[in-house]
Amino acid sequence: MTEFLQQLLNGLSLGAVYALIALGYTMVYGVLRFINFAHSDVFMVGAFAGYYLNRWMPSDSMAGGLAILAGSMAFCALLGVVIERLAYRPLRRRSRLNVLITAIGVSLLLEYTGQFLFGAAPKPFPQLFPVRTFQFAGGLIVSTNQLAVLVLTPLLLAALHFIVLKTRFGTAMRAISFHPVAATLVGINLDRVISFTFALGSALAAAGGILYSLNYQSIDPLMGVLPGLKAFVAAVVGGIGNIPGAALGGLLLGIIETFVNGSRWSTATDAIAFALLILILLFRPAGLLGKLEVEKV
Amino acid sequence: MTPPASTAAAPPPHALPADPLLEIRDLTVHYGVIAALRGISLSIPAGAIVTLIGANGAGKTTTLRTISGLIPARRGAILFAGRNIVGQRPDQIVALGISQVPEGRLIFANLTVLENLRMGAFRQPRRALIADDLDRVYQLFPRLRERPSQIAGTLSGGEQQMLAIGRALMSRPRLLMLDEPSLGLAPLLVAAIFEKIAAINRDQKTTIILVEQNANLALEISDFGYVLETGRVILAGRSTDLRRNPQVRQAYLGVS
Repeated sequence: MTEFLQQLLNGLSLGAVYALIALGYTMVYGVLRFINFAHSDVFMVGAFAGYYLNRWMPSDSMAGGLAILAGSMAFCALLGVVIERLAYRPLRRRSRLNVLITAIGVSLLLEYTGQFLFGAAPKPFPQLFPVRTFQFAGGLIVSTNQLAVLVLTPLLLAALHFIVLKTRFGTAMRAISFHPVAATLVGINLDRVISFTFALGSALAAAGGILYSLNYQSIDPLMGVLPGLKAFVAAVVGGIGNIPGAALGGLLLGIIETFVNGSRWSTATDAIAFALLILILLFRPAGLLGKLEVEKV
Repeated sequence: MTPPASTAAAPPPHALPADPLLEIRDLTVHYGVIAALRGISLSIPAGAIVTLIGANGAGKTTTLRTISGLIPARRGAILFAGRNIVGQRPDQIVALGISQVPEGRLIFANLTVLENLRMGAFRQPRRALIADDLDRVYQLFPRLRERPSQIAGTLSGGEQQMLAIGRALMSRPRLLMLDEPSLGLAPLLVAAIFEKIAAINRDQKTTIILVEQNANLALEISDFGYVLETGRVILAGRSTDLRRNPQVRQAYLGVS
């Protein structure tokens, strides 16, 4: 039982990171109908921003760690806006394939600029929060790093929920996702709302990057590739374009992966996890919470 | 002003008053290689209801979409209150005071009634004014006041049309353009919607451009009318005159 709870806890904290990344994929898909493949590298930049911010003002307290998290989120929000402005906006009226290929290009650009600037060798990620472990009755062990993931992720999700459902820009995001032409006809400035969406998604990816690195303690310029791919799959399984779906898909993938990893089939973790997800898509092609969209001619 | 292509049907110059709120000069629009508008000129007097009638493909919807900035003009000018608005983004054109209720209504079916209306006021920074405008829309369409938190996609067709008009009014337009507001509605509802359109024009002094398949209805409610055919204006004049015009009666009013 303790082992089950422990694994569930580990799975949830990994899944929370996938969820944070998956939200960015799904929100951008919602407003622009394309997959921003550079998103996984924004996650990586988020981790490096945390690394360098910590060097500049080392964190030795809860507040210091949170300040670094916020700084990294702000930096990546800006990065996301700049990427959209320079790489995607000029192609807004072109076919989606052009934008998709550009996204892959931006992804490679970020990865290899990262290698150039930071070096290809992994760097140890610092402890941003005071390190302690709590032992619960029955032997359940929780570290402050896991706690950070398990407390901060729900807070970030709640903040996102509020923004999307209650604010003017959040409502505009949903309006654009339903019908971009109708949205411009009522006076919504598409460019501004799209920038806002990129800022939001990139900030969450940065948070994911930091929380992930806290638990894996090593960062490198290609670290975003695999988690990014998994988060993308999580977003599809949840129903691409659907925000709660992305969170659900991320958590689900994290939990499945952790449990398989803890079993005797651990060498085939990714294969089994992905096979399960394919199975879900076979029965629900639009994803768990997604609705089938009829392609309009 | 360039003369209309068909000189036989040219509008008498005195038919339309000077000092228009919106003036279109020699507007040409292409979809790829196909010409959708071939140099049309329109004059929309302030405070009037002007209707565009014509068969499918005549260019009515294209005209509205071009005014709203959704389609680029290849040639010509669109002057709103004396200022050329060609090349502005759709949301900038809304900010200038031109609002469109598009064909098929295009309400945000995934948002609530209130959220739809609030999106209509996206550019309005002052909450107090939004509240005033909301109240005005609710007075016009009491049905909407009863169900602010209903998901718009679950409204009936008539209610969706009311919502689309209400949403367009939330940006305080000086010019309201309606594309086929009667489409898909039962006759009784059509009459109700047209009553509201007349009320908006009368009470809020909003200038209106009405595109309508139902030419009878459109000429009844409007002050002036333009008849479009394959991207050209072939007739223009006071609606009362157009209703007596034998060409119009035969082609659009179903009277031989």
